[in-house]
Amino acid sequence: MPPEDLHDALIIGAGPAGIGAALALKSRGIRAIALLERETEPGGTPRHCGHPPFGVREFHRLLTGPAYAKRLARAAFEANITLLPRHSVLSLQPGGTLTIATPAGPRTLSARRVLIATGAREAPRAARLIGGERPLGVLNTGALQAYCYLEHKAPPFTRPVVVGTELVSLSALLTLRRHGIHPVAMLESGPAPVARWPFSLFPRLLGLPVRFNAPLASINGFPRVTSVTLQNGSELACDGVLLTGRFAPESTLARMSHLALDPATTGPAIDQYGRTSDPAYFAAGNQLRAIETAGWCFFEGQRIGHHMADDLQGGLPAPGDELSLTPGEGIAYVVPQRLARVSPLRATLQLRLTEPALGQLHVRAGSSVLLRRPVISAPERRVLLELDDLRLPPGTQHLTIEVAQ
Amino acid sequence: MFDIAVVGAGVVGCAVARRLALMGARVVLLEQGPDILSGASKGNSAILHTGFDAPAASLELACMQAGRAEYLEIREHFGLPLLETGAIVAAWSDDEQAKLPAIAAQANANGVTDVALLDRAALLARVPTLSPHVKAGLLVPGEHLIDPWSAPLAYVLQAQALGATVHRRTQVTAARFDGAAWQLETTTGPFRATTLINAAGLFGDHLETLALGETSFTIHPRKGQFVVFDKAAAKLLSTILLPVPLERTKGIVLTPTIFGNLLVGPTADEQDSRTNAGTDQASLQALIARAHALIPALAHMPVTALYAGIRPATERKEYRLRHEPARHYIGLNGIRSTGLTAALGLAQHAASLYQTPHTPIAAPPWPQAPKLAEHLPRDHHQPGYGEIICHCELVTQREIEAALTGPLPATDLGGLKRRTRATMGRCQGFYCLAHLAALTAGRLDPPLETPHAP
Repeated sequence: MPPEDLHDALIIGAGPAGIGAALALKSRGIRAIALLERETEPGGTPRHCGHPPFGVREFHRLLTGPAYAKRLARAAFEANITLLPRHSVLSLQPGGTLTIATPAGPRTLSARRVLIATGAREAPRAARLIGGERPLGVLNTGALQAYCYLEHKAPPFTRPVVVGTELVSLSALLTLRRHGIHPVAMLESGPAPVARWPFSLFPRLLGLPVRFNAPLASINGFPRVTSVTLQNGSELACDGVLLTGRFAPESTLARMSHLALDPATTGPAIDQYGRTSDPAYFAAGNQLRAIETAGWCFFEGQRIGHHMADDLQGGLPAPGDELSLTPGEGIAYVVPQRLARVSPLRATLQLRLTEPALGQLHVRAGSSVLLRRPVISAPERRVLLELDDLRLPPGTQHLTIEVAQ
Repeated sequence: MFDIAVVGAGVVGCAVARRLALMGARVVLLEQGPDILSGASKGNSAILHTGFDAPAASLELACMQAGRAEYLEIREHFGLPLLETGAIVAAWSDDEQAKLPAIAAQANANGVTDVALLDRAALLARVPTLSPHVKAGLLVPGEHLIDPWSAPLAYVLQAQALGATVHRRTQVTAARFDGAAWQLETTTGPFRATTLINAAGLFGDHLETLALGETSFTIHPRKGQFVVFDKAAAKLLSTILLPVPLERTKGIVLTPTIFGNLLVGPTADEQDSRTNAGTDQASLQALIARAHALIPALAHMPVTALYAGIRPATERKEYRLRHEPARHYIGLNGIRSTGLTAALGLAQHAASLYQTPHTPIAAPPWPQAPKLAEHLPRDHHQPGYGEIICHCELVTQREIEAALTGPLPATDLGGLKRRTRATMGRCQGFYCLAHLAALTAGRLDPPLETPHAP
């Protein structure tokens, strides 16, 4: 009998990806699994997104974030999956051993396979190099929504500027509006809104001035915000700053560990099965790249959960003989970053562009282009590229994905 | 009626209050900010110096060495940490390399005799992440890192346990010596004390003018900006990397911190404001570029935090001490980057000037400092902490509660951060700020929420 603390699978993070994977593993008959969640409640980021649309594909219902998070938690509970809340994983040790802080004292748990599903978060002020003083009232959307939907508190501002024009920025506007907070302006560092039409019309409908080419230079005032200064020198009076978007994987555990990171996504590098550089560890969800919807993460978690089950049941090719994938001209990142060499070679590559493109995507090995696909897209949109029985020239180690205009 | 009023609860004021309380004096410590360490002491590079490059035979050197010795002697009683990193003065040009032997000679003259010159190969063997452009270095094994906030907090807590009174948010508005004692008017009422000790840091010249009618020095605020890299960067450097010193300042340092980050700074920006610790993008970018140049692998490391501190520089480089025995006045001013190291030594010096006999405390209590050092057990290693509130810095509910209670509770977010590190990690409050707002409701000014929901 295995020792009590040796699991078949441990999943770090009980959000959409983690619960998706747990359900898949359970459905495959993998018994000794546990979900490790550092918060008191499972559900992940949707817990504090108090607005629809969540759950349309997973539960065939139009849900708000918190309702969706509850449905996820219920699904895990009904599948009899062990949930370990208030379990903060401190480190990933080679081979699948985790050190964990719990209110009952430190724990060490080991598993034959571990899934990292720790999600993503927005870039805080420091990572954006916004200068100035350090007053109260500088928040990310995540913190704003936690104030409004988890703690039922009013955030420490009444007329903030909103920085960013991504979809999440519009969600932030909705949250502010519902709580009677009237932003003074929306600032976008680029020349156009990041969110696509018709969402981009939304601030105008609210009568909110949107300034483009308006990167923020500094935040002024102490102990409260009194104004912001833009890089062009103009000053805008406000009493808070809401920094929205610019998500990045919350990949601290991987970054502090022995696992290989992809500098392009800043998440762990994986193969087509979600396997990281240590085959005991898999990764799924927004940990892989920022940022996709909860539904995408749930299904991605399910898919990678099935690969973990395959692996536990002896069905995955041994790691080692791999191709590496590199983003070339016009490509911001490619996930997965590695492909186990199998025949037929099939995988779905997930890409983002660095700038809007109308042209062809090429998959290139050395000087020979192996695949051409038309592409019309923009950086804020996900691009999927199907590799179906890709035939490689002998000796190929390396594929480059690029945009040919 | 107090024996002594110490004005300014920076690291120097806190150390002085402790020393005089240990001597048996009745002490009141007055601080205009919302918490101790609200001024110059809140932003520094947290190094416990040896004094290897301090001016020979100076009071600064004597105070640094006495302060360091006392810190090493008392730190375990308080549970205060020490990270023995050593430092390397790195030379990046032939000119700088030519200066190293003179720095080594000065170190020896200052009694720091364990320094050693390192050639390029030895230096790169010791710090393999260093840029290969480095020329040579001087190893100073005794330079260490400490917790710049928990140490002064422990000093004050001990003073309070010995009966000292601390008033924060209290600004001195008038000071008059009547031949026997000082009558202080403040924003929280009058105080009377036999002796006045000026440890008012960035406002030291204002207080001296208020008390003596003239001032022997003028504060020229000098801002130092810092960039903090992610904890993952700490594995790239385990020693303090010092530049060959410039005439005016110690120059830009790249150093691990006791909290497990990597820090680069400070700049040296002359400014008029004594309170505006603002950063600017050009300086921050220059600091980051400098850090990348020294350790190329830092290029892939995220930035976790930005901050600035303001040093109370004066028109001269040395400490500006003033003793007026007839008027029972001691001024401890112009204390810049070496203050954290020298504070306990300055306190000894002030005590020697004070001279009035009291009955010293035989067996003082030793309040325990917060346990925030990354290389030592943290609160979350002990069961029963409730839940982790700040996930990035692993701050527990129990630590938040402790910081909000006791003899010197935090009353603003800055004080809570310095006592616990909450919100100081890589997400800067993305996950925990709202939770903190709930836990601190009614206890912080300004509050973390808008009090009456609109």
